[in-house]
Amino acid sequence: MDLSMDLCGVTLQNPVIPASGCFGYGYEMNQYYPIDILGSISFKGTTLNARFGNPLPRVAECYSGMINCVGLQNPGVDAVIARELPKLREVFHQPIIANISGFSVEEYVKCCTKITNEPQVGFIELNVSCPNVHGGGISFGTDPGILGELVKEVKKVCTIPLFVKLTPNVTDIVAMAEAAVHNGADGLCLINTLLGMRFDIKTRKPIIANLMGGFSGPAVFPIALRMIYQVHQAFPDIPIIGCGGVSTAEDVVEMIIAGASVVEVGTANLINPYACMEIIYELPSLMRRLGISSLKILRQP
Amino acid sequence: MKDINKIFLIEENRQVGPRTWFLRLKGEVALITAPGQFVNISIPGKFLRRPISVSRYFTREKGLHLLYNVVGEGTFILSKMKPGEELNILVGLGNGFSIPSDIKKPILLGGGIGAAPLLQLAYDLIENGLRPQVVLGYNTAKDSWGMEKDMRDMGLVTYIATLDGTTGTKGFVTDVIKEKELKYDYFYACGPLPMLKSLSMLPTEGQMSLECRMGCGFGACMCCSLETIKGSKRICKEGPVFKKSELIWK
Repeated sequence: MDLSMDLCGVTLQNPVIPASGCFGYGYEMNQYYPIDILGSISFKGTTLNARFGNPLPRVAECYSGMINCVGLQNPGVDAVIARELPKLREVFHQPIIANISGFSVEEYVKCCTKITNEPQVGFIELNVSCPNVHGGGISFGTDPGILGELVKEVKKVCTIPLFVKLTPNVTDIVAMAEAAVHNGADGLCLINTLLGMRFDIKTRKPIIANLMGGFSGPAVFPIALRMIYQVHQAFPDIPIIGCGGVSTAEDVVEMIIAGASVVEVGTANLINPYACMEIIYELPSLMRRLGISSLKILRQP
Repeated sequence: MKDINKIFLIEENRQVGPRTWFLRLKGEVALITAPGQFVNISIPGKFLRRPISVSRYFTREKGLHLLYNVVGEGTFILSKMKPGEELNILVGLGNGFSIPSDIKKPILLGGGIGAAPLLQLAYDLIENGLRPQVVLGYNTAKDSWGMEKDMRDMGLVTYIATLDGTTGTKGFVTDVIKEKELKYDYFYACGPLPMLKSLSMLPTEGQMSLECRMGCGFGACMCCSLETIKGSKRICKEGPVFKKSELIWK
């Protein structure tokens, strides 16, 4: 059984990748299973400077999903390079996806400049969509002009394949994909979380301290599939990292059929730390049942 | 490779107070290594797990005792589950209480359901040759599920405080300390945040177990971060037990 997938000319041993924010910087999860079996790891959203993140509560339960509003808590890119990546490289020998965020074009550019030549970092994943951070009112991923400008500037300093992780909180996902691709994105990741909200009916107040947060989990899976499909139809040659509500090997296969080259698993890790391992172990028998020997043939041209 | 994902059999799930249930489970608890650790229970029909602290655990007998209050839909569903049914549980989460070698006269301070993990801690302290005093606080006498009896059965001097004065000292656990002029050189506390905040004024060092809404319970999601004097810590991973001197109260 051939589980390997190609991403911008780089071969990943399988398509299963923990999504950013659901796996930390990875190495701590190695106590639960050998994380070197993963196709890649998209590490915790990293910014130029350290961030403590938002006040608690940062999480709310939903039907078939959850809302989080962590607020990009991270130690800052220098500390990630000095402390987190060396620990990850000790236990993980596959290409790493560096998920980076910022609050101005300059911040993104500086952050990308620092991380793009780090050993084993194979891809940049530009988070232009995190809905739970106040960035002076700017949301890069919801305006094609602003998004295009950001991608263009980051591309100038990026020495490895640049993926732009799109937000689903837009009217026309293809227009956003187009803005990213035309300004130099090598690939796209979709989707990020959907902006959501819950209230406590006893106190009549929002559950999340920051009022709103990103909704994720199996409930968003059909939305992710639809957006991946639309973007893949519009840009069949652009590689896509699929993400959104994936919990099973069947979900991985379905997302590749929709147009994903590889698949990120996010929220599923939080309720089952072994989720990615179980999916990887399940894929060969699922492929046998489907009568296929390679996952690559599933992605429609 | 550590398999923290276990199936437990419900042997008993009994209401012991107006809001409180006692849950006795059978399953592999070898990964639980300290009092004050917690487990994260998958509740049928609910997406996120429910973190509940360990009240007692028995490694050889494969026993796990939990106490929980029914506070929302998840714990309500849990309270309706019957002996013979199974639960999927992540075990051995968090750091738990530790016993410094130089303490001689510890005091245990529990507030409401927060007192649950103090039971295992009391056993462990006794095994270490220490005899803790115990103060348990409730809103009202009826809220007690009888932990004071468990503590007294171990021969521990145990006091009660109730906010409405229906039993024991009227007021908070700190009012008992004042009224009875209790002497101690270390404290262990678990209870609601306002109680822990007031205990931060106690003159000695101690350990406090914090609780909050969690995403994963094992350090991956950063939904339970806490600013401490040693930087950002995750309540589920570096905690839930913190030294008094590490915590910052605003």
